[in-house]
Amino acid sequence: MLQLVVSGLANGSVYGLIALGFVLIYKATEAVNFAQGDFMMMGAFVTIWLANSHYLGLDFWVAVPIAIVIMAIAGYLLDLLVVRRLFGQPQIATVILTIAIGFILRFGAGAIWGHEPQWLETPFAGREVRMFGLVLGLEEVAVVIVTLILTWSLFLFFRRSKLGLAMQAASQNQLAAYYMGIPVKRIQSLVWALGGAVAAVAGILFASKGAVDPSTGLLGIKAFAAAVIGGFGSLPGALVGGLIIGLVEPFAAYALPAGYSQVAPYAIMLLVLIFRPAGLFSQVQKKKV
Amino acid sequence: MSAEPVLKIDNLESYYGPIMAIRGASLEVRQGQIVTILGANGAGKTTLLKTISGVMRPAKGTILLNGDPIQGRDADFVVKKGLVHVPEGREIFPLLSVVQNIVLGAYVRSDKAAIARDLEMVFTYFPALGERKEQPAGTLSGGQQQMLAIGRGLMASPEVMLLDEPSLGLSPLLVDEIFSILKRLNTEQDMTVLLVEQNALVALDVADYGYVMELGRIVMADDAQVLESSKDIQSFYLGAVEETQRGQRRWKQRKTWR
Repeated sequence: MLQLVVSGLANGSVYGLIALGFVLIYKATEAVNFAQGDFMMMGAFVTIWLANSHYLGLDFWVAVPIAIVIMAIAGYLLDLLVVRRLFGQPQIATVILTIAIGFILRFGAGAIWGHEPQWLETPFAGREVRMFGLVLGLEEVAVVIVTLILTWSLFLFFRRSKLGLAMQAASQNQLAAYYMGIPVKRIQSLVWALGGAVAAVAGILFASKGAVDPSTGLLGIKAFAAAVIGGFGSLPGALVGGLIIGLVEPFAAYALPAGYSQVAPYAIMLLVLIFRPAGLFSQVQKKKV
Repeated sequence: MSAEPVLKIDNLESYYGPIMAIRGASLEVRQGQIVTILGANGAGKTTLLKTISGVMRPAKGTILLNGDPIQGRDADFVVKKGLVHVPEGREIFPLLSVVQNIVLGAYVRSDKAAIARDLEMVFTYFPALGERKEQPAGTLSGGQQQMLAIGRGLMASPEVMLLDEPSLGLSPLLVDEIFSILKRLNTEQDMTVLLVEQNALVALDVADYGYVMELGRIVMADDAQVLESSKDIQSFYLGAVEETQRGQRRWKQRKTWR
């Protein structure tokens, strides 16, 4: 039973991280990046390509930072070259654009690395930790810890650092940020870079505890539900939403007839939307005239 | 007062799509002056400010800040150069705290000690903000939000501040308060201000020099006292009613500048 909890938490962490990517980009640019799940998949494949012995075979600890940097640059360039062109267009344009980007990434990854599921070779694969009389997979524990640290540092980054504040400012009042001399466009590209980096981390964690194939990115939809549960716009909320979904899935599979576990995350999302439409950790925003 | 103007605008033209909003405006602001631009709605005052601060691109003309051209440059460049625009309608960051809002005004600066000093200065001029440092800015009252917007502008440590309608939607008492703070900033900190106002009376009161804009052109320019006593300004912007020989108000009046 407790093993179920831990593996649920580990899964939920990955959902939480993808949700974090949604929230980051939404918070700073008011756009929803529906390709976030596919970003995660790309991050996983880039790392596999760098680290696995039948590809480049770099050391794991070398491959990870390189993969994160590659994905960050990809995010930055995507905003600079594509998303920024839609500046001033209705939001639906960005939605469709990012969905399309998701498709491109999915089939692009399939064309490059094939459609077979692949694993990331990590130094902690198959090792176990004994804690509180439990036997846990080291990779699952690592996933949870890395996620917590990353969420906390992002939270502090937005709260404390000048760049983080500028990102918040640019999202809350783009025009005013521009008036204050904040280079809004560059800030937005940096947010996309951050989104790419977070997606890469999520991908690495995901691939270290299970197989990835090009359509893995579709679980971005589940992460989207997580972000909605947490209240779009709240970083800790995204993580909590992810953990809730991660925990609900295995328990629904355990307690309910087959198939229900797939529905459970969305059922919870509906419940949250009905009873707390702004999400669990919403920032209430009222604009004064 | 130095001879060279800090801000010199020459023959500026600016468009909203096909509509020509600024039709060749020229003006000068000297160090330590408060210069006001008066005019009716749609005269192009805000557009003029936006064009100066780099939010809009001019089609023609030059803007010199301390002799350097800044026309057509992005706002972050212009702010770094020492010109900050406090926009109309107190555009603040509603979810950030008051102090975070103010500190963001210093985004283009990196000298920590001077920023901390200026933060203290903002709180001495606007004590109401100091009492509400940690409050989300969106929960402030209208007048406090306006003070916040001005305080945030001060944090850029500007040589020239463009101030757009600080009296918008405020009670007469608050308007007086904000303008007296403005006057103090002008005399104590030697702050140069280009002020756009609908409320011609208060604006001419604090200003040294004034321009009148109409339909994208500058139609009148003079010392503030001269403008205040000018008949046209009195009847069109200050609401004075002239007694005519027949004892009735004349509704059809000619402006002398057209």
